[in-house]
Amino acid sequence: MNKIVRTSGFSRRALLKGGALTVGFALSGLPRGAFAQGAAGTRMLDPKEVDAFLAVNGDGTVTLFCGKVDLGQGLRIAMPQIAAEELGIDIAKINYIEGDTALTPNQGRTSGSNGIQRGGVQIRQAAATARKALVELAAQRLQANADDLVAVDGQVRRKSGGPGIDFASLVVGRQFDVKLDPKAPLKDPAAYTLVGKSLPRPDVPAKCTGTATYIQDFSVPGMLHARVIRPPAIGAELQSVDESSVKDFSGVKVVRIKNFLAVVGEDEWTTMRAARALKAQWSEWSGLPEQATLAQSMHADPSLTAQTLISKGTAAKSENAKALTARYFWPMQSHASLGPSCAVADVRADSATVWTASQGTHGNQTTYARFLKLPKDKVRLIYVEGSGCYGMNGHEDAAAEAAILSQAVGRPVRVQWTRAEEHGWDPKGPPQLIEVSGAVADGRIVDWRTDMWIPQTTRGLLNIPLLGPEAAGLDNIVGLNTGLISQNGDPPYAADRIEVVAHWLKTAPLRPAPLRSPGKPANCFAVESFTDELATAAGLDPVAFRLNGLKDPRAVEVLKRTAALMKWQARPSPGSNTAAAVAKGRGIAYIHYKHSETYVGMGMEVAVERATGRIKVERVACAHDCGQMINPDGVRAQIEGSILQTLSRVLMEEVKFDRSRVTSLDWASYPIMRFSDVPKIDIDLIERQTEPPLGAGEAACAAVGAALANAVFDAAGVRLRTLPFTPERVKAELGGKAS
Amino acid sequence: MPSYRLRINGSERSVESPDADKPLLYVLRDAGLTGAKFGCGLGQCGACTVLIDGTAMQSCQMTVADAQGKAIVTIEGLGTPAKPHPIQAAFIQEQVPQCGYCTSGMIMSAAALLSKNAKPSEDDVRTALDLNLCRCGSHVRVVRAVMAASGQRG
Repeated sequence: MNKIVRTSGFSRRALLKGGALTVGFALSGLPRGAFAQGAAGTRMLDPKEVDAFLAVNGDGTVTLFCGKVDLGQGLRIAMPQIAAEELGIDIAKINYIEGDTALTPNQGRTSGSNGIQRGGVQIRQAAATARKALVELAAQRLQANADDLVAVDGQVRRKSGGPGIDFASLVVGRQFDVKLDPKAPLKDPAAYTLVGKSLPRPDVPAKCTGTATYIQDFSVPGMLHARVIRPPAIGAELQSVDESSVKDFSGVKVVRIKNFLAVVGEDEWTTMRAARALKAQWSEWSGLPEQATLAQSMHADPSLTAQTLISKGTAAKSENAKALTARYFWPMQSHASLGPSCAVADVRADSATVWTASQGTHGNQTTYARFLKLPKDKVRLIYVEGSGCYGMNGHEDAAAEAAILSQAVGRPVRVQWTRAEEHGWDPKGPPQLIEVSGAVADGRIVDWRTDMWIPQTTRGLLNIPLLGPEAAGLDNIVGLNTGLISQNGDPPYAADRIEVVAHWLKTAPLRPAPLRSPGKPANCFAVESFTDELATAAGLDPVAFRLNGLKDPRAVEVLKRTAALMKWQARPSPGSNTAAAVAKGRGIAYIHYKHSETYVGMGMEVAVERATGRIKVERVACAHDCGQMINPDGVRAQIEGSILQTLSRVLMEEVKFDRSRVTSLDWASYPIMRFSDVPKIDIDLIERQTEPPLGAGEAACAAVGAALANAVFDAAGVRLRTLPFTPERVKAELGGKAS
Repeated sequence: MPSYRLRINGSERSVESPDADKPLLYVLRDAGLTGAKFGCGLGQCGACTVLIDGTAMQSCQMTVADAQGKAIVTIEGLGTPAKPHPIQAAFIQEQVPQCGYCTSGMIMSAAALLSKNAKPSEDDVRTALDLNLCRCGSHVRVVRAVMAASGQRG
């Protein structure tokens, strides 16, 4: 495995350091031929073509060009595992290039937990098609029947043995020139030697030795440093700038384009000091809603349009039915990336290159072409890993700002956000108000209705609206992008009638963007909390009640295995000692992600301290079925991260704002989980290597809130329906006051 | 421009700064030692942690003037990919980082802990690292790696 570490690391770092692909090509040994010019735009980029994904090099290596990017979730090992497995080559011989609009095919944004399930499956088909082509080429050369040949160790040889022909001598110097063949035969999973193995990730050694190049560490020759000056109120307009206030800072220049204000300078520290010293006058603005009554104002918003998302069945009439109604609220949350966003751009008269932590480099080409007024094919975006972003933090904004500034000053520019900018100006996970009413009779659900009040995503939006182009009055995107936040609003259990109605809001208090597992943590929080409320009304054990309503064997298995991990004792909730000073309990939740993807069972054991209202999560148990796992340890890491990040969101996180601005601008006012809050985690990975891969980056997030709320109810007898579960809120609930 | 003499990773270096208040973090990063990360500049996240005379300190909170005369060790001074420090080797073995932006700071805090307490308990590790934030949720693996680096298997 060390070999792939070196191979991938070198070519990648060379690309980064040199800022020029020719260096990468030279080191990674790409062939002459089609790449001889080395210039952007000469590579085949059509994702229908094998050549867009794979190139066989003269030195026996294969370069894999991946349009999806690694944000820390492990695609840099998983994708080569898939490709090497299907091609029949040592994984150490795979070079890997990701997210570069000049080199990699457009595989869509890296989002929605679709990296492997869509992007990986596409690469698998490309590699299978390539293998078929290689075998056919070898069959001609050997005058053999293709069925008698096999691709293994980077060669095609007869199944009966004998010498083989290297891939390189079959295709090097020319392209495959074949389209991805959906019928190209795939390797039998039973014969896998790479897929399903927990191979180590190639980026980890550099990340543990301080030698990884993050976008925050990236530089190009002649680059200037920039800081953008944010207005004191979100909608404020820039009235005047006193440029003399920074005249003493050497090498610093003020850039003003309408309401877009920045300082650029040769030296970063000097530029930072100048940004603090710059005097500017902004207009007043106070257009944000009152935070204390946000849920009520969403409910009463005059712009609402109701849409029935699901309507099936008829409510059965039952004399002994017990009916309930409950309202749940999930607040706005920040991506809260540990590193504030950063980007570097070099915009020339006729072209632009942007180094960015974007999850959608290809999609951004059109956006940048519009606001820079350049042809789309002259805009190149190159992915460089940043601090984890879990959706869309400020990285898209920082990159657009770098491009605007570079165009303005005629030099490459690096924009680095501050902590206050990242907390205050990253687009937010939108607020979600969810009301559920339903009825239970004879141990089953007879009626269910979910109403959700949520901002509506604008159809066909290229990107989120970007801060820089907006402030500078350039051609900008108009609309909202929340991600698909209305999914999983219906219960996964049998019910006589199910109805889900979305009440769409035309606006959101703060600019929204997808935040990991968009919308589903809130929807599952409501649905699975309410399921528990019905189970309690029915006097039934929460696991048994759920199993009553499930038919899908994979659903049943994931729930049973979660219960087994927890050594679940069947009884109704709450437990018998809810008045204890430290009340202990357990809860469970289940989700079939998007009703078509990964199955997750989530169990929690908690202790609730009555005097303080503090919730201590003692243990989390998760059974997880995401179909085929490419790299099980990578799946495990994603589940651990999903659990801990979402626990943090549920226990602690809410963006605070006044009528003008976000006021939670640091880690004290917007705290996240610390080591002392981390529970024991037990994970049961369900192996289904012959099933399609379903994605592991998001699904487990969705079940966390409800599992925790259900455990708190089981322990202390109080039902938490509003996030975050702060000690103050829990204490108020325990004292009988509504929070 | 005034210059300052610093001892970084065992070598004396002369660095220039327009003012005495420039945080050590920017001095290090301008010198090409980018392993220490800018996370908040407020001493709240630990991404910029380095060792100052053996103690884990947030380099965004120390000025270049105050850093003079002290032994500064950064993540680059611990080990390399080819020859990692035992804590780095344990972090690699446990595949700790996801995005990895917090990892340098975590490793430096762990190094300070193990230099004073060779056999910490898991609670000791959590306490020592409680000022280091991680957003990806790598905490469980961090604790496991530090325990492994101290020769204790959890």
